[in-house]
Amino acid sequence: MTLKEIKKLLQAEVIYGIDRLEEEIQWAGGSDLMSDVLAFGKPGILLLTGLTNAQSVRTANIIDAKAIVYVRGKKPDKEGIKLAREKEIPIFSTKYMMYTACGLLFSHGLPGVSKIQNNK
Amino acid sequence: MSTENGLSKRFEITGGDFGKAGSISTKIKEILQEIGINSTIIRRTAIATYEAEMNVVMYAKKADLTLHLTPAEISIRVYDEGPGIENIEMAMQEGFSTATDEMREMGFGAGLGLPNIKKNADRFEISSTPGKGTALDITIYLNQEGKK
Ligand SMILES: Nc1ncnc2c1ncn2[C@@H]1O[C@H](COP(=O)(O)OP(=O)(O)OP(=O)(O)O)[C@@H](O)[C@H]1O
Ligand SMILES: [Mg+2]
Repeated sequence: MTLKEIKKLLQAEVIYGIDRLEEEIQWAGGSDLMSDVLAFGKPGILLLTGLTNAQSVRTANIIDAKAIVYVRGKKPDKEGIKLAREKEIPIFSTKYMMYTACGLLFSHGLPGVSKIQNNK
Repeated sequence: MSTENGLSKRFEITGGDFGKAGSISTKIKEILQEIGINSTIIRRTAIATYEAEMNVVMYAKKADLTLHLTPAEISIRVYDEGPGIENIEMAMQEGFSTATDEMREMGFGAGLGLPNIKKNADRFEISSTPGKGTALDITIYLNQEGKK
């Protein structure tokens, strides 16, 4: 799914990266908990989060996330936006809450990163 | 600073400085990218370093972080002054955390950091003296053949 489609589905505002909309995203994950993102995120992931501090962008950069969507109309703080520009990580803001934003993307074919561990 | 057997850099992490938390790991990632190291190895190093840095900011007073790079491996040492860890075995378990509500609001404190360092490292040693501090030695091999 391209960032352009993601922007449209989520009726999102582009905070940074308007020239990157043609790029493809393979999978996504949503969490406000950076501990989880660090432990379970995959390279190239689209990160959906409600956390707006600088660590949201720092974490995304550390795990090689491709782009960030802030849910519920949130936006990263100044430090976060600065880092996103430096590291060229597109950032979006959607009015949808986490569940709806993830549901919209998932139901339109963007898979998640979770691995179900079945203890056979 | 370069030495004859590789590159060495030292950084200081200040405990409690949430505003800057993670910026040293971000810097280390930049250094490794400039050198042109494989992206998977950089990512593993960056994740382990970031978890260690966050722990210093959350729990310790201050720390020295050294990055040492040889043709064979990347080594990250984080030696902090702080409360130390009473029970390392327990701290290494997924889900064990003494994080405060404030830390959780910052997006941390799930008790996943130390296990995640171990997962991303090829070698990981942790030792601690309660009341004094904690020492982490993280090693990631540059040549991954036959290894993790
Ligand atoms: N440098 C340190 N000094 C003192 N205590 C520490 C240090 N690092 C970890 N600990 C202790 O070990 C526990 C587990 O650490 P770990 O990094 O696994 O989880 P966490 O920091 O609580 O949460 P997360 O890493 O998921 O954000 C911490 O809650 C803390 O009690
Ligand atoms: Mg931690």
